[in-house]
Amino acid sequence: MSTPAAGAVFGPEKTHADETLDGGVVGHGGKGKIDGMDRITGRAMFVADMQLPRMLHGKLLRSPHAHATICSIDTTAALAAPGVVDVMVGTDLPTRHGAIPVASDETALAIEKVRYIGEPVACVVATTEHQARAAAQLIEVVYEPLEAVVTIDDALDGDKPIIHHNARKPSNVLRRVFQSHGDADAGFAEADAVLEECYEYPASTHVPLEPHAALAQPLSDGGLKIWSSTQNPHYVHKTLAKVLGLREADIRLIKPAVGAGYGGKCDTFVTDLCASHLALRLQRPVKMTLEREEVFYAHRGRHRTRMWLKMGMKKDGTITAIDFKAWADGGAYSSFGVVTAYYLGVFLGMPYEVENIRFMSMRVYTNHPPCGPKRGHGAIQPRFALELHIDRLAHMLGLDPVDVRLMQLVKAGSQTVNGLQVTSVGLKECIERVVEASDYRKKLGKLGPHRGIGLACSAYMCGALHGVYPDELPHSGVQLQLDRSGRVTIFAGTADVGQGSNHMLAAVVSERLGIDPNQCTVIEGDTELTPVDLGSYSSRVTFMAGNAALDAADKMRALLFDAVADHLQCDVEALSAHDGAIHHGEEQVPFKEACILAETKHGTLGREGSYKPPRIGNRFRRQSVGPSPAYSFTAQVAEVTVDPETGMTKIDKMWCAHDLGRVLHPEIAYGQVEGCVYMGVGEAMMEEQAYRDGMMTTPSLLEYRIPTVYDTPPIEAILVESRDPGGPFGAKETGEGPQLSTVPAIGIALHNATGQWLTRPPYTPDKVLRAVQGKPTRHKKLPPETVPRRRRD
Amino acid sequence: MVTMQKLSLNVNGEPVTCAVESHGSLLEVLREELRLTGTKHGCDLGDCGACTVLVDGRPTLSCITLAGTCEQREITTVEGLSADGELHPIQDALHRHVGAQCGYCTPGIAVRLAALFDETPAPDNAQINDALGANICRCTGYTKILAAAREVAGMDQ
Repeated sequence: MSTPAAGAVFGPEKTHADETLDGGVVGHGGKGKIDGMDRITGRAMFVADMQLPRMLHGKLLRSPHAHATICSIDTTAALAAPGVVDVMVGTDLPTRHGAIPVASDETALAIEKVRYIGEPVACVVATTEHQARAAAQLIEVVYEPLEAVVTIDDALDGDKPIIHHNARKPSNVLRRVFQSHGDADAGFAEADAVLEECYEYPASTHVPLEPHAALAQPLSDGGLKIWSSTQNPHYVHKTLAKVLGLREADIRLIKPAVGAGYGGKCDTFVTDLCASHLALRLQRPVKMTLEREEVFYAHRGRHRTRMWLKMGMKKDGTITAIDFKAWADGGAYSSFGVVTAYYLGVFLGMPYEVENIRFMSMRVYTNHPPCGPKRGHGAIQPRFALELHIDRLAHMLGLDPVDVRLMQLVKAGSQTVNGLQVTSVGLKECIERVVEASDYRKKLGKLGPHRGIGLACSAYMCGALHGVYPDELPHSGVQLQLDRSGRVTIFAGTADVGQGSNHMLAAVVSERLGIDPNQCTVIEGDTELTPVDLGSYSSRVTFMAGNAALDAADKMRALLFDAVADHLQCDVEALSAHDGAIHHGEEQVPFKEACILAETKHGTLGREGSYKPPRIGNRFRRQSVGPSPAYSFTAQVAEVTVDPETGMTKIDKMWCAHDLGRVLHPEIAYGQVEGCVYMGVGEAMMEEQAYRDGMMTTPSLLEYRIPTVYDTPPIEAILVESRDPGGPFGAKETGEGPQLSTVPAIGIALHNATGQWLTRPPYTPDKVLRAVQGKPTRHKKLPPETVPRRRRD
Repeated sequence: MVTMQKLSLNVNGEPVTCAVESHGSLLEVLREELRLTGTKHGCDLGDCGACTVLVDGRPTLSCITLAGTCEQREITTVEGLSADGELHPIQDALHRHVGAQCGYCTPGIAVRLAALFDETPAPDNAQINDALGANICRCTGYTKILAAAREVAGMDQ
């Protein structure tokens, strides 16, 4: 097998971004999504719904200590309990793993030490779930408590214990990133106003309605089949092979219906690892499903982040420089934390042209459940600070905050100072559309007392140029199969977790073949059947898997057109595909007939498509996080009313205009924008993953409040099409970007209503009441910027 | 010691008799005994609404309902909404509006709204909100679910 040359690019020859399309699919909706019917009838099979003969159930015992040495584990009583088959402890599966391989610091179950309250310590397998749960409580663990590291300041205190002794450099700092682009000091010297301020963004979590689950089945040849509720089948597959000591080819991982993730199901979880190990050990199927409280401990959610921001602005509104520092509480394990440290800084300038940017960002270990990628990963926190800051400087200089933004938007075909290549920008139209829809100009300053309106903007990536593993392989692959019955089957390693990627694939293919998307069957996320796709993270699927599908569909269309042109004795160029047939003027060949003609002429009909992003943008050392083949853009307006007696805030309405390149399916696209705004409203108003001495105080849906229908404001989503030259039909991402500007829009509106800048969400009534009373948000002294020096012990 | 009891129910129009653990929830009986897995397990505390079924026509959180209290009751699950092969109008509307993203909350929401329309064929916005208030959806921001409900209620969109 030959290896493609470094830098080889895979993808469709043309993305059809500027074309008027003939298939009649793209941009049309009204008929649901292809896998929607299974979901509204309850037929969709989630892992928890599956049963296998002789299946056992696994339940976990979790740590009651934030930081402690495990002295001994006695499983005798648990093993003697009714129905119990086996008990597993950490040393049974000692290989370390991590979402980012360079930071592999996690084991399936704790070994030697526990590092957070709720960390899995042992796993009981029994005939029924009740028996396993009861027996887990009979395991006797002797702990020797250690001092816990529960704040960022603790983590940077050289006298506090080290959470990971085995780290290359002994410290509680996972990663510190420093980048300087342009000359920030020169920029501040040019500024007419310079403002420094501290901000703090709370920890929050995803709350997928489906708790994490895995069902593992041993195979006769020594291999393993596992159904996992994951967003990243490929990475989980690789991790399982590494930890279990099997070849990747010996494991078949299947992602069935998944009850959403929002980033929370990107990692390989204890359910995947323990169910697999125990299934192999016992040679019986083992199922593990988390309980709701455990989902909170599985976490991988938003990092609590303390920030310091300094920005300079000229009298005309030009942002002259940004200097930024961020400290993120990452919890006890790294997850995607190395990447988080970069995301805190690399999108600071976007969506504006800023020439001078300097940042220091740091992700530290604490004895909290591990944080990870939550929708808008790492970019949400700095965007919040930056958008509020722009408004504050505009106020100081007497400028209109919307005009200040409009005058310095990044331009298509440009490159940011930190080397991000901007290929398409619809942000000006987004701003104009939300300003008009919300009547912003008429309302600003004229809404009356205790009412306010605010606008914020943001940009987000459409997949990362670099995968987690450094290689030159495609990021997405699609196999497309047709046969004489007219059946169209799309095989893709993607993971639809509700966002609609199955329909996206069907829409792309059916657009090129001129058929109804419902004629397509999508086989997804099955490592035995489907080509690799890197997974549902970084908003990459529409752009990357969409391009792979387009690549395959164009090749298949060429085969069909070739055979039909022969049959009709006409030029291929004169053909078009729509309404379930291939047309030549008045003549038409029904799709099924075209398949028969093509199979007759070309043999079995299968074509493949691949996508690997081009290496665009300037490349400097360590610029592996941030560059994307395209960026989406959002402008958002919030209108609020504050009750001055209680501090209760009512969001009257949210308007969100999102540049998604091209609408592939309207209802799905609107739904993604609305879902983002919803999740942003939760983070702005009520959600906070709170801790007391390392113990989460909110591990249930009663304590961790997420917006119900009563708390959710009316949301008006507006879709803007900038037609990205590299996206499939010009499409970009829709599933994360819109959330970035939700919280700052609400924060700015609350300033408008109260006269105070609320620099620390969530905007709960106590904080808003303080603002109404004219009291500013208090901030603690900033943590140190350096990693404490330590002796190796 | 686990004690078992005999339980007779009418589920989606069919009489059913099964043996259940005395502390077993209605959700466990539906999912584990009767394999009606359309009804979902979300929190086991009655907080999320994913397990909503109808007991004698009333929306009920099956995860916090003891199965033993349902003797001779009529239970309707999402599988029963389209038992005769035809979708319930709210299911059809949810499908067309893409009111189900991941679909995990959808069975609970579908039976909840079906009960609303059975009792109040043309509910107003407040009645729809009150019906949905006990069901969490984390994907949609409720917009497409509300659009589907308003359509079935005969309101202008």
